[in-house]
Amino acid sequence: MAALMAGFGLYTHAIVRGIPASLAKEALRTSEAEVDVDKARGEHDAYVEVLKTRLGLDVVELPADESFPDCVFVEDAAVVCGDTALITRPGAESRRGETEAMKRALKALNLNVVEMTDENATLDGGDVLFTGREFFVGLSSRTNQRGAEILADAFKDYAVSTVPVLASLHLKSFCSMGGPGLIVIGSSEPAQKALKIMQQMSDHCYDKLTVPDDIAANCIYMNLPNKGHVLLHCTAEEFPESFKVFEKLKDYTLIPVSNMEKVKVDGALTCCSILINKKGSI
Amino acid sequence: MTTEVGSETEVKEKAEESADQPDQSEKATEETREVASAEGEEKGKEKEKEGKGISKFLPTWLKKQKSLSQTSPTKDTALKEEAISVEKQEEEGPAPEVNGLADEVPEKEAVKSEQLKEKEEKPHSKASTDTEPAKEEKVDESVEKSPEETKETTEGQGVEEEKKEQEGEVQGEGEGGGGGGEEGQTSIFQSPLRLVRKTKMKLVVCHVTLLDGTDFSCEVEKRAKGQFLFFKVCEHLNLLEKDYFGLTYKDNHEQTSWLDPMKEIKRQIRSNNWQFAFNVKFYPPDPSLLTEDITRYLLCLQLREDVASGRLPCSFVTHALLGSYTLQAEFGDYEPDQPRPVDFMSQLNFAPSQNKEMEEKILELHKSHRGMTPAQADAQFLENAKKLSMYGVDLHHAKDSEGVDIMLGVCANGLLVYKDRLRINRFAWPKILKISYKRNNFYIKIRPGETEQFESTVGFKLQNHRSAKRLWKVCVENHSFFRLNTPEPPTKPRFLTLGSKFRYSGRTQAQTRTASSLIDRPAPSFERTSSKRISRSLDGAPMISITEAGRDSAENGREHRLDDSKSPLRVHVDNIYDHDKTQDEVLKHQASISQLKRSFMEAPPPSPPQTNQWEKRLTSSPATAVRVQQQQVVSEPHAEAAAAAAPAAADCTISDTKESAKTAEVEIEETVVIQEVSKATKPGLVTVTTGSPASAPTDQETREQEVTVQEEVAVPKDAKAAKQESVSSESESEEEAEYHPNVSVSLSHTQIPEEKEEEEEEEEEEEVEDKENEDETAEPNMLAPDVSSHQAETSHPAEDISGGVVESQKEDMKKNAENEKEGRETEDSTDDLMMTPEETPNGVALSEEAVTGLAAHVGEEPEPRMNGEPRPQVICCSEPPVVKTEMVTISDTFAAQKTEIATKEVPIVHTETKTITYEAAQLDGTGDGEPGVLMTAQTITSESLCTTTTTHITKTLKGGLSETRIEKRIVITGDCDIDHDKALAQAIKEAKEQHPDMSVTRVVVHKETELAEEEED
Repeated sequence: MAALMAGFGLYTHAIVRGIPASLAKEALRTSEAEVDVDKARGEHDAYVEVLKTRLGLDVVELPADESFPDCVFVEDAAVVCGDTALITRPGAESRRGETEAMKRALKALNLNVVEMTDENATLDGGDVLFTGREFFVGLSSRTNQRGAEILADAFKDYAVSTVPVLASLHLKSFCSMGGPGLIVIGSSEPAQKALKIMQQMSDHCYDKLTVPDDIAANCIYMNLPNKGHVLLHCTAEEFPESFKVFEKLKDYTLIPVSNMEKVKVDGALTCCSILINKKGSI
Repeated sequence: MTTEVGSETEVKEKAEESADQPDQSEKATEETREVASAEGEEKGKEKEKEGKGISKFLPTWLKKQKSLSQTSPTKDTALKEEAISVEKQEEEGPAPEVNGLADEVPEKEAVKSEQLKEKEEKPHSKASTDTEPAKEEKVDESVEKSPEETKETTEGQGVEEEKKEQEGEVQGEGEGGGGGGEEGQTSIFQSPLRLVRKTKMKLVVCHVTLLDGTDFSCEVEKRAKGQFLFFKVCEHLNLLEKDYFGLTYKDNHEQTSWLDPMKEIKRQIRSNNWQFAFNVKFYPPDPSLLTEDITRYLLCLQLREDVASGRLPCSFVTHALLGSYTLQAEFGDYEPDQPRPVDFMSQLNFAPSQNKEMEEKILELHKSHRGMTPAQADAQFLENAKKLSMYGVDLHHAKDSEGVDIMLGVCANGLLVYKDRLRINRFAWPKILKISYKRNNFYIKIRPGETEQFESTVGFKLQNHRSAKRLWKVCVENHSFFRLNTPEPPTKPRFLTLGSKFRYSGRTQAQTRTASSLIDRPAPSFERTSSKRISRSLDGAPMISITEAGRDSAENGREHRLDDSKSPLRVHVDNIYDHDKTQDEVLKHQASISQLKRSFMEAPPPSPPQTNQWEKRLTSSPATAVRVQQQQVVSEPHAEAAAAAAPAAADCTISDTKESAKTAEVEIEETVVIQEVSKATKPGLVTVTTGSPASAPTDQETREQEVTVQEEVAVPKDAKAAKQESVSSESESEEEAEYHPNVSVSLSHTQIPEEKEEEEEEEEEEEVEDKENEDETAEPNMLAPDVSSHQAETSHPAEDISGGVVESQKEDMKKNAENEKEGRETEDSTDDLMMTPEETPNGVALSEEAVTGLAAHVGEEPEPRMNGEPRPQVICCSEPPVVKTEMVTISDTFAAQKTEIATKEVPIVHTETKTITYEAAQLDGTGDGEPGVLMTAQTITSESLCTTTTTHITKTLKGGLSETRIEKRIVITGDCDIDHDKALAQAIKEAKEQHPDMSVTRVVVHKETELAEEEED
């Protein structure tokens, strides 16, 4: 598996976006939490700093747009794989406009941009899990079948399987890739059930790393030259039990990243960036 | 014989009331028979003209019989006359008749000529090998064996085979890549029969579109099996790792199907379109593991076509990358100095949506491949292609339980379910307990999950039953190839049978890898051709040429035409020789049988409660999945069998009716049972007796026709040589079949309990059948011939006993080797493998000699039948010595006019049962009424699209005489326009052809017609 996944996690560029002040009050959320915008911006700056300085990625920083309170969560606006970028049609109507800036940024990177124009289709990038060999698309309140079909059309090389997401906002609200062939999964029942479905649907065998907290299962894996396996994950402060699990990973460069504020508006680590590999693409 | 007679009478009681000399006439001497036949012939002709339906054809085979007996040199003239007369008949008769007779004419002449040549020639390689009979010929052995043997043999052995084949091919493959001269001699024993085949020489030119778009033409004997043509193509391609490939053809419905290597080509294509395509059948998941570059090259060609046609979807980038490797492989390094013509790229076909941008990208990438050899470029191509998600996925259109269009994809790992382009479910092979289809429904039984208690059955609806069957077969084959170490052993001597008995006959991937790892030859050189592939559609104008040795062109033309007129449904009678061969195999298998887990037919879900009840669970929620209990089914067939047995004549064919009523589908079924008995006595008179067993009317909704033909062969033999064979042919439902994807022992030691239970159930059922058979025979000495192979595990006492007998018989056989043309000696496999899908109509044919046949029915869709009118028919066997009695019982005299029925919307239920028995007068041999000692018994089943044939061969030693009885049971399932009479005639004719030295002693036609009309979707 690992051999087949060579190249998985290799990125050269990242796209991020600033946090508008409107996030505090207007950003969509599943809880009633109050968000401290300044704290959130602090977290986000640290996050971007890790990508830029610590990991050496070329980071494209899009300015925040006050009319799009959720615009910091760039992941939902596009799905990039190889040199193809699919501009999504976010499930939340208030977020549809976020894709414009994203589209320009991706085109500027010379990616092959595909747009989702079907008005019956919705897709949030947070529902898309790319394992290196295939896609899993969560069918959630934000993503529907048609959106998944369009994604499948955009990335014809890969199998695209659908996974029902019932208990959380996005598929990646409880899982993510922790390495080649390694799925990090939350321990909640819905998360475990979703994992089973993914395993059943796949021709490939994935290892799993189960963490106690669902949201902690959302981490960012990279495989960078001279740095090897890199994992951005939750902090001990936020999820102490899950943190211990990550700590046990060997041969990883583990980078805890705080996400205390953004998580209040359902933002996870992967939500805040789009990772792109320009070198590897043909 | 007497034994037979006795029991026959018992069984038949009613049937034979009218018959004056029912069974005793069997032993008539050859001479008598000849005379009789000669006389009968004339009368037969006359009657034929008048007769309708089946009766018309009967004379045909009678004549044939004559002709065969006349085979002696002195009677050449007679033969000619006969042939002529036959021709006349053909001309006179209605179309159906013509069909039935079509093949005979040539054969008779062939017989003539054969006699002249008989001893001089060595196997006329081509002709002989091509024929089905070739199977038994040792020359062919390797070819035939390879599939079979592989099952039993270890991998190492498989390798040997491979070598053999190679040798064979090198040698001159006229022999069909056969294995070596070693076996050449055995042919001597079989010479007479062989020669018949040989001289037949009906050659057909096959056109095979190769992967590079070129056309390869070669002549094959008209009755050649798919395998022969396939090997010819592989030889032409210089391909050794051939197990990944196969031949396809387009059926009458323009559907592409795989040519079954083990079955006659002619019976599969069902049209005179001898047009095929050579394709990759199993896409190796890791092409780098292939041994030879030429294999990879061919795989590349297939994939290029797949990609260019859009069958294998891939992204722009992948298109470009694959295209660039293609350029590198075909044209070498990019040469900046010699720019290609402007339209060079656009002439090459890389992608369905090829554009300038892509071509530029391809060229750009091509530059980066500088220095790469063609083989390396191919390898890179494959490395990228294999990662594509749809690589090796064979898609089939279907609907889910809610009628939503989906696609079912069969691949190396299992079954994938797609909706549009999304994968919505996946069933890995280990998850699947059983695969079955019934009518147009396709079912898979899923192993219960960790938290689930019960297995669930998921159903899909295919477009029609053909689609369902095609999908089912593909599943069986893919599972076997990729999942098993060795192919699932054929449950019986038969390895490949359709319907429920169909199994993959080739090597598994594991085997072919082992075999190819031993390939030791310098890498063959081959030319890579341009990607400018020509259209490879199969639907080109049929270019068929049939050449028949020794026939003038006019005749050829006629032959051709006649063939054409043959309805899609043909009766398929298995070749005895094939069986012999299979018997050999069986013996070999026996050692390993015990350890091989057999999966056999299990009744498909009794009746999918409603067609719409089958469902698929994408998320696999057990609750919603339809659970089908399989046990119910078991009892039904038996009950019916029992019921039918009583009324039926000596040959009882019992068919179980399906629950067609519920579905309101019209099922037309026909069963033909042909029994041939060869006695070691003197030639006997041919007597035709007609018994009228009022066969048990089956379901009202089914329409069946069962025909039992008994042939008795009067072949002078040494008293010592005791030989009895009984062949019962069984046909099975065309509409349903099952397959238990058990992993062979080596692979899976973990058979889940459920599976075992199922098998047990099945075994129980089979045992019941056996009991019935035994009861019928009721002879102490008789060994129950029907020991299903899977029962081998339970080991029947009978087997052991018979085994001993067999040995002794073998010795005798050796001594009398010459006398025994059949040369089936050795393979007296006592176990009879009869597998019946529980659910499907199980028919049990019981004859005195414990000949059992299974009648299966092939239910087909409610399409109008052309013939098969249930009207009572006058039987035209008017040969003096022949006593024929006919009893026709028609419960419902509704003259079904197929066309009308078909068009009717309202379900029509019509039941008609007719049983006609034709019996030859028998010379009473030594021990009438005496059972004799059963030497061997075997059952072979073969199947063609619409018919299934079960051949049951028993050899009995009676009072110093060996008697071989072959009973063939043929079930003809009516499809749209099946001429049942024609089919029957064809079956009889073929039976005769196959056993020219045997006489037909009895033909029992059991016709059950039940019609319920329903519109097919």
